[in-house]
Amino acid sequence: MLTYIAQRLTESAVVLLIMSFVIYGLIGLMPGDPIDIMVSSDPNMTPEDAARLRALYGLDRPIFERYLSWLGAALQGDFGFSRLHRRPVLEVLLPRLGNTALLMGLAFLLALALALPAGVAAALRPRGPADTAINLFAFAGISLPPFWLAILLIILFAVTLGWLPAGGMAPSGAGLGVQVQHLLLPIATLTLATIGGIVRFVRAATMEALRQDYVRTARAKGLDERQVVFGHVLRNAMIPVVTILALNFGALFSGALITETMFGYLGMGKAIYDAILGNDFNLALVGLLLATLTTLLANLLADLCYTWLDPRISYR
Amino acid sequence: MTRRSDYELAALAELAVGPPRSLGALLWRRFLEHRGAVASLVVLILLGLLALAAPLAEAALGLDATRVDLFGLKQPPSAEHPLGTDELGRDLLLRLLYGGRVSLSVGLAAALCAAVIGTVIGLLAGYYGGWLDGLLMRLTDGVIALPLLPLLIVLAAIDLTKIGLPEDIATSENMSLYRIVILIALVGWTTVARLVRGATLSLKAREFVRAAEALGAGHARIMLVHILPNAVSPIIVATTLSVGNIILLESVLSFLGLGIQPPIPSWGNMLTGAQELIWDTPALAIYPGLLIFATVIAFNFLGDGLQDALDPRAVK
Repeated sequence: MLTYIAQRLTESAVVLLIMSFVIYGLIGLMPGDPIDIMVSSDPNMTPEDAARLRALYGLDRPIFERYLSWLGAALQGDFGFSRLHRRPVLEVLLPRLGNTALLMGLAFLLALALALPAGVAAALRPRGPADTAINLFAFAGISLPPFWLAILLIILFAVTLGWLPAGGMAPSGAGLGVQVQHLLLPIATLTLATIGGIVRFVRAATMEALRQDYVRTARAKGLDERQVVFGHVLRNAMIPVVTILALNFGALFSGALITETMFGYLGMGKAIYDAILGNDFNLALVGLLLATLTTLLANLLADLCYTWLDPRISYR
Repeated sequence: MTRRSDYELAALAELAVGPPRSLGALLWRRFLEHRGAVASLVVLILLGLLALAAPLAEAALGLDATRVDLFGLKQPPSAEHPLGTDELGRDLLLRLLYGGRVSLSVGLAAALCAAVIGTVIGLLAGYYGGWLDGLLMRLTDGVIALPLLPLLIVLAAIDLTKIGLPEDIATSENMSLYRIVILIALVGWTTVARLVRGATLSLKAREFVRAAEALGAGHARIMLVHILPNAVSPIIVATTLSVGNIILLESVLSFLGLGIQPPIPSWGNMLTGAQELIWDTPALAIYPGLLIFATVIAFNFLGDGLQDALDPRAVK
């Protein structure tokens, strides 16, 4: 088991290293470079001065060389400064990471808590009225543009009813009530954007499990339906669900980016989006890498959940 | 003699017990049983016709869809402007119709490109197996798991002249259309690839493939003539289901200002300014989103109906 975890962690580190080079290269292809930005603030600069500055900061060197020097600094914990925030990148990103974790965690738990019973109920009576309604709701959920959903919620709850703030963060030191008010619409948006997919996975996995021979055996030996569903169906249906949920972590992060941008919620997604639009190369790079790292770790965690859910699988 | 896939064989078995019908008629009848899918097909055909008729509507109303009228901003619906005007005084109905042309054609084009990439990757992985299969499937899993939206934002922000594209092509008006089709195709191929790989794995062990091998057919011929035609059903289903997702992704990127660039209208970029307008003219924020939602849910229902019609193992 420990060997397996060590092996997976090594793999993740390799993937992260490859991704860091890819993202470094891509960010180098974005319009402008740090020197262009410096030059634009000084009208007396000549092109020769700009070239001298490029040489001074090493921007004339080949990309691989530049990447290696970035990597060397990064491995020693120096991720550079953020241009937009004028602070070290990690100092900007770590509180953002906490905000995003709160938003994603609450939305994910809420979506799961609603989707599990709904999906199972739909699968137990296929084609019944409950199944039809739940299916329709799930289809609507996966088909809604999340940013438009956010606009609709703002129109309803902030503009028309005036119950909740249209966006922004609660001021620091605000009471719990104000903080919850600022969280409600973002969480509702992300939950509704996530829930449809989960309902459909749970429904499909439960139906698949219901068709298995051991369910027929369990019924034949006289177990009541509750025992069949909870003891035999659910436990087996959860295995594919965990896979899909882990694979969906990246999608959840993408949803968080949209939600944070719509509500001006200061999280990782908004930080990355603003950094890319604002030519903040260091912040964009580290933000994207942190997002990739969290996704890799979520996948690893899901794989470890299997051993707990399915004792037949062992990692040797 | 043509060979039949599993799906078609099962349909033919159904034919054998009923009154004589052609295979196509049988699949059509099974498709008609899915009422949501039939209604969706009608909706999509209507939307497509409306988008095609945009120049006719323009002529009938005697307006120019691109004409800015600063004296007639945000007008309510009238005889002259059936849905009113937008924040620059342009006719909203005409912009919705032209935006539909763009959103639908970009969605379909990207879905087709993605299906081609996915089919090639799935065929190669399933047919050759071994290390190639391992590599390609790792790549597929990686693309599925990554937080795609932030990466797409970086890709969409790339300066095309830095990768060697001539200035006039990189800045031409239609470039944002081609760019978004390519970007989305680059990340949208994963479902098709997995399904085609699965179908290829089971098909390559079948007798007719072994017979073709024995007759000396080359790898390319076996893949293209013997395997691909039998894997068409899952490709059609997966492609239809992906169109909805792709239209959503396009709308998100265009909304964030990184997809289709104004003045070309798309349903996504029509919502870009809407967030500021919800306080006085919420209609501008509602119509484009409603059309995205209707289109995406229709494609999802259509894909679901096709799956039921083409896949005899689907639970009824």
